[in-house]
Amino acid sequence: MTERPTPTPAPVPEDRTYAVGELTRVEGEGSLHLVVRGGEIVEARLGIFEAPRYFEALVVDRTPDEVIDIVARICGICPVAYQMSAVHAFEDLFGVAIDPSVRALRRLLYCGEWIESHALHIWLLHAPDFLGYPSAIAMAADHRERVEAALRAKKAGNDLLRLLGGRPIHPVSVRVGGWSRAPRRSELLALRPALADGLAIAQETTRFVASLPMPAFAREPRLVSLRHPDEYPFNHGRIVSSDGIDIPMADWRSIFEEHQVEGSNALHARTLDGKGAYLLGPAARVTLTGGTLHPLAREALDQSGFAELIRTNIYASIVARGVELIHAYAEALDLIDAYVPPSVPLAAWEPRAGVAAWATEAPRGLLFHRYVVDDRGRIREAQIVPPTSQNQAAIEADLVVAAREVLALPHAEATHRLEQMIRSYDPCISCATHFLDLTIDRA
Amino acid sequence: MASSAAPARPRVGVVKMASCDGCQLTILDLEERLLDVTERFEILDFPEASSARSAGPFDVLFIEGSISDPHQAERIVELRARTRYLVTIGACATAGGIQALRNWGDHAAFRDAVYARPEWVASLDRSLPVADLVPVDAELRGCPIDPDQLLELLAALATGRRPQLCDESVCQECKRRGAVCVAVAKGVPCLGQVTQGGCGAICPRYGRGCYGCFGPREGANVDGLLRHLTADLGHDPAEAGRLLAGFTAWAQPFRSAIDATGGAPEGSRRSLPMAPEAARRAAQEGAR
Repeated sequence: MTERPTPTPAPVPEDRTYAVGELTRVEGEGSLHLVVRGGEIVEARLGIFEAPRYFEALVVDRTPDEVIDIVARICGICPVAYQMSAVHAFEDLFGVAIDPSVRALRRLLYCGEWIESHALHIWLLHAPDFLGYPSAIAMAADHRERVEAALRAKKAGNDLLRLLGGRPIHPVSVRVGGWSRAPRRSELLALRPALADGLAIAQETTRFVASLPMPAFAREPRLVSLRHPDEYPFNHGRIVSSDGIDIPMADWRSIFEEHQVEGSNALHARTLDGKGAYLLGPAARVTLTGGTLHPLAREALDQSGFAELIRTNIYASIVARGVELIHAYAEALDLIDAYVPPSVPLAAWEPRAGVAAWATEAPRGLLFHRYVVDDRGRIREAQIVPPTSQNQAAIEADLVVAAREVLALPHAEATHRLEQMIRSYDPCISCATHFLDLTIDRA
Repeated sequence: MASSAAPARPRVGVVKMASCDGCQLTILDLEERLLDVTERFEILDFPEASSARSAGPFDVLFIEGSISDPHQAERIVELRARTRYLVTIGACATAGGIQALRNWGDHAAFRDAVYARPEWVASLDRSLPVADLVPVDAELRGCPIDPDQLLELLAALATGRRPQLCDESVCQECKRRGAVCVAVAKGVPCLGQVTQGGCGAICPRYGRGCYGCFGPREGANVDGLLRHLTADLGHDPAEAGRLLAGFTAWAQPFRSAIDATGGAPEGSRRSLPMAPEAARRAAQEGAR
């Protein structure tokens, strides 16, 4: 593990507004606004202009199973996360007892999504930053074998999603009570060789990304994730933090809240205690619940030498993501070996009026859903809090720190460094942060 | 700038409007075939995958997402002018997407239900398919698109032939694959008869009814299906209509059938009072 030498910062003028960016669109541009007062950066704002789609209104009057189909469409990269938070919320409210194999299959489905999402992020979105390429496609010219291996490894995750859900993006088989179709044991065993190959690629990937030069960075964020005594958190656990929060997941609103910020179409989340920003995702999970990692993932984390650094250097999240990638393959293999088809793939259920609230761990962090349900099982009100909106405040806090490091750098390099930092969160606006447009307005 | 010599490889762009990224992700999910594709096409602009940018001109431009805000409405016209073949990918771009359910309702009420300070949000009253604003040369259906159909289209574009895309119904695909008919065997409402195929009849093969994410097929007899659902199976007309009010609701004849059965579900139809959650947030923001 090496850190790039920090350049000697140039003297920063006492008072100046660095209007960084002109980002207008998530798919095209983001925006970054820096304010310097007394030589210190006091404000850094990331704008998100993803066109609003009003999902919380669209699900009103819908049935729980319709909601599972609809909320998947919030994100094509992590649809399973949306389906999992919703289905568990409804089953909890309706008191549906699910078959143990149904529970295991849902963990397996999440393994597939973590593999697909983490492999995509590590290799196609993030590694090109470290290796100096605009894309994995360009990287393939010099690193063909690595890119081919990455695509093969990602495919193993997508094939798992396809078997369980019919298709990798917006799978169709997750229903309240279980599955509309449960796989045969032979179908799962057929995926074993590709997943074992993926595991080996993930182990090599984690060693490789841990050898990359990490830009210097240090901020100790407040970390939040689910934690479960017996398993790495996907669908069950309590919400915990690095400073002592420990609550049932349904009580998210007792600690956190959403608020709207001008210049962003994503609602921000913050804690009610006034401490503000908190960080979700691989670095938080590996730090808060590393004891429940699969032994192979734990071994890779210990050997990487990054167990401490991933807590304070956001650029090193790529290593945490590699560790979780190993976990997802290893657990998928274990689940397949232990698989017994459910005796009741789809349990019957009756609707009940009340509040359905649940959180699960999306690849990029805690995803909270809350639905007010009437006695016919129809949705009256919905709240969906994605991980990226919760991470926004942490991203901005880190931008303050990162900006201080990069102000002395040449313009293009400073821009690239800030983009790389934002991509470290694996935000659902990765596409936007690929072309953060850095302009400095000398007010 | 276009060079005078013919380009060695078609120059391709991938653009996102209002969408979930799932259709453009299908390009990256071509997996081991992705690098073959990038050898045959020059990827000029694909922000989800590359920080190398270009404003075109494009031989082929893939558009994901519906047109749902003023900036997108301007942008699609500019992009069309720089593009030879404009291809819409997925239910949002071809039909307006799930977010087009707001087209039945009061957009201001929608916005107010989600955002405490709606004046900070720019959004059009309707979510529209791309073809409502500019001419479209080809479309791939689905929520999300099917990877094999994407490959077929790319192969056709690379060789200058017409793509061979599925024009039969999900019902026909389902029969061809020998799946058990969920409508006949279990009485499950299924849109397979009226929905364009191309997905491989995933939903019936996975034990549930088709929910129409590839949109209406040409000449779909939606009235006949609704009669079957109500007269034969005993569903309430409004319940039968809401089956159509999904990811391709705004496409005809689904749209008219939804109107005829009482409109989209309440959440999309009614002028919502500000949801308690948003009201609470607004009060808090006001207090700060």
